[in-house]
Amino acid sequence: MSTMTLAKALNAGLRRALDANPKVLLYGEDIGKLGGVFRITEGLQKDFGEDRVIDAPLAESGIVGTSFGLALRGYRPVVEIQFDGFVYPAFNQIVSQVAKFHNRTEGRHAVPMVIRIPYGGGIGAIEHHSESPEAYFAHTAGLKVVTCSTPNDAYWMIQQAVASEDPVIFLEPKRRYHDKGEVVHDTKPLPLHQARVVRGGTDATLITYGPMVKMCAEAAAIAEDEGRSLEVVDLRSLSPIDMVTLTNSVRRTRRAIVVHEDVQTLGLGAEIAARLSEDLFYLMESPVLRVTGHDMPYPNSRVENDFLPDVDRILDAVDRSLAY
Amino acid sequence: MSQPVQPWSGPPVTAGLADAVTASDEMVQLLTPEGRRVQHPEFAFTGDDAEIAGYLREMVLARRYDQEGTSLQRQGELGLWPPLLGQEAAQIGSGRAVRDTDMIFPTYREHGVAMLRDVPVANMLGLFRGTSMGDWDIEATRFAQYQIIIGAQTLHATGYAMGIQHDGAVGNPDPERNAAVLAFHGDGASSQGDVNESYVFAASFRAPVVFFCTNNQWAISEPTIRQSRIPLYQRAWGYGFPGIRVDGNDVLAVKVVTDWAMERAREGQGPAFIEAFTYRMGAHTTSDDPSKYRLSEETEAWRRKDPIERVKTYLLGVGAIDEAWLADLDAEADEFGEHVRAACKSLRSEPLAHRFDKVFRVPTAEVEDQRDAHISYLAGFEAAEGSSR
Repeated sequence: MSTMTLAKALNAGLRRALDANPKVLLYGEDIGKLGGVFRITEGLQKDFGEDRVIDAPLAESGIVGTSFGLALRGYRPVVEIQFDGFVYPAFNQIVSQVAKFHNRTEGRHAVPMVIRIPYGGGIGAIEHHSESPEAYFAHTAGLKVVTCSTPNDAYWMIQQAVASEDPVIFLEPKRRYHDKGEVVHDTKPLPLHQARVVRGGTDATLITYGPMVKMCAEAAAIAEDEGRSLEVVDLRSLSPIDMVTLTNSVRRTRRAIVVHEDVQTLGLGAEIAARLSEDLFYLMESPVLRVTGHDMPYPNSRVENDFLPDVDRILDAVDRSLAY
Repeated sequence: MSQPVQPWSGPPVTAGLADAVTASDEMVQLLTPEGRRVQHPEFAFTGDDAEIAGYLREMVLARRYDQEGTSLQRQGELGLWPPLLGQEAAQIGSGRAVRDTDMIFPTYREHGVAMLRDVPVANMLGLFRGTSMGDWDIEATRFAQYQIIIGAQTLHATGYAMGIQHDGAVGNPDPERNAAVLAFHGDGASSQGDVNESYVFAASFRAPVVFFCTNNQWAISEPTIRQSRIPLYQRAWGYGFPGIRVDGNDVLAVKVVTDWAMERAREGQGPAFIEAFTYRMGAHTTSDDPSKYRLSEETEAWRRKDPIERVKTYLLGVGAIDEAWLADLDAEADEFGEHVRAACKSLRSEPLAHRFDKVFRVPTAEVEDQRDAHISYLAGFEAAEGSSR
């Protein structure tokens, strides 16, 4: 066991992935000497060489499109997209090519790769640096979408994503990069697509992922002082969604609130609300509520705290759910 | 008074005619439309007449393949067909420059190249009949799936070439160990961002990829001049690799030029760009109507440059083939045509239920649940039909 930041845990996980499989290549803008703008790949080019940690020309579609070809040749590319808002030039290659290839070839061929995207806000950034694009990818058949919230998950999930036989969108909560936590090296991790109960509770379930896991845990701690017992579930996998863990939780608490930074309409919250109502309609005491970003382009940073879910907005939703 | 400048208006079609029919003097040509062998200072075809007769046979079969495709669409057997008519030399000449260790990334019109790579007719037609997604074994055929998104395959080709390079399969003293990629795209695709990015990546990494641009003069209804104000091959130098224009209706020139480009890529000299100057004699697809946007005079002018007739004329002239040989070839083409029709009509789609299993390599509970619900929903109808009997 060791304590490290989420950023360092990703670095350690990528190092393990490079060690484990000579076909693994890291590929992206500024990931070599610089180690990426967030230093996630720091030192890896020095240790594994310029042929395995590759600085790409500045073109996201080109990076993902050539990764498709590398994967077809038998390599396992791990792409770094520099910021969430920069992934859209690669959208066609991801959605029309990478996601569809296994289907297009009738299951004969696949192009497994990992597309790492630092995502989410709360860092005081300028436009295009704070977005939450997960719903686009979770909506696309043929992609698996995961996100980590702790250093331990970061360390293990990146290795599991690299080993996945299907393409994985790997979302990294950039505002949690410098949060420290314990990484357990010698215990078998959860399966990649399984959710995790972060905190047990009985009155309502907060369903969340990525950067909002910490926020929900804080809200649950405050609620406890007020005599309310909130369960917090970290989805970890946004596609597929682990409905077994979710329904096991909500079957007990009978109330659910989904929390994410992404905007509300057709976000993960909408899908989870629909599924819970299909599965647990007669059991639930209140409708599934959502605490999300508002339906607007990501705002200027001076007001982003009014856009992003925070402890108060989460607890306000808990009040409404319990009062129903 | 001078005419007002209209920078965004298209050129008159007659100007397009002139541009489309007369290529520059820089075009590599080794066999004229009249069937006469000519010398080029840099490129020479060293094969014998038997080899040329082989190309003639393959071009005739490719044309028959294509004619059958168009007919099958007209008969309602195919949903769509993109004809290759007129582009036989570009396809056979380039396809014959590929070795079994190389890899091809096609558009959706390289039926002749697919034929050379032994892509089964049934697998090819499944895409256009709607009975499959158009799958075949990429490893066995060395011919990637057809690409419908214009130009997207050029990045796949470049990445694959980077993989070849990473494998150490370029620049070896033993040429048998080397490989390269042939990436097809059209004149319209030359405007796509992905295609331009693929040039950048290929040049940056010196990837062993040859871009084979089939300039057939028309991107559906838009002439090439809408895509580029300079000849396409001249663009390559701006990206940092050689570009060359070849008479795309001259199978000998296409073969020799593609051989040169593929060999230098295999040797580790990086990418090259070939503009095969040819003409789409037919429609863009069977849904298209070229009479709305181009003059029949233009098509007629190109008919006189037919890629097959010039080879026939040459081979008959030197006595390498005779009318009996051509009659045998016609009979073979008839037989092949019958095979294409039979293969097409035998194609059936498997039920939708099977498609759930093709979304992922490692299935998810979500997709499996939907599959099971779909199957039991359909089974409900069958049970109802059974009980009503």
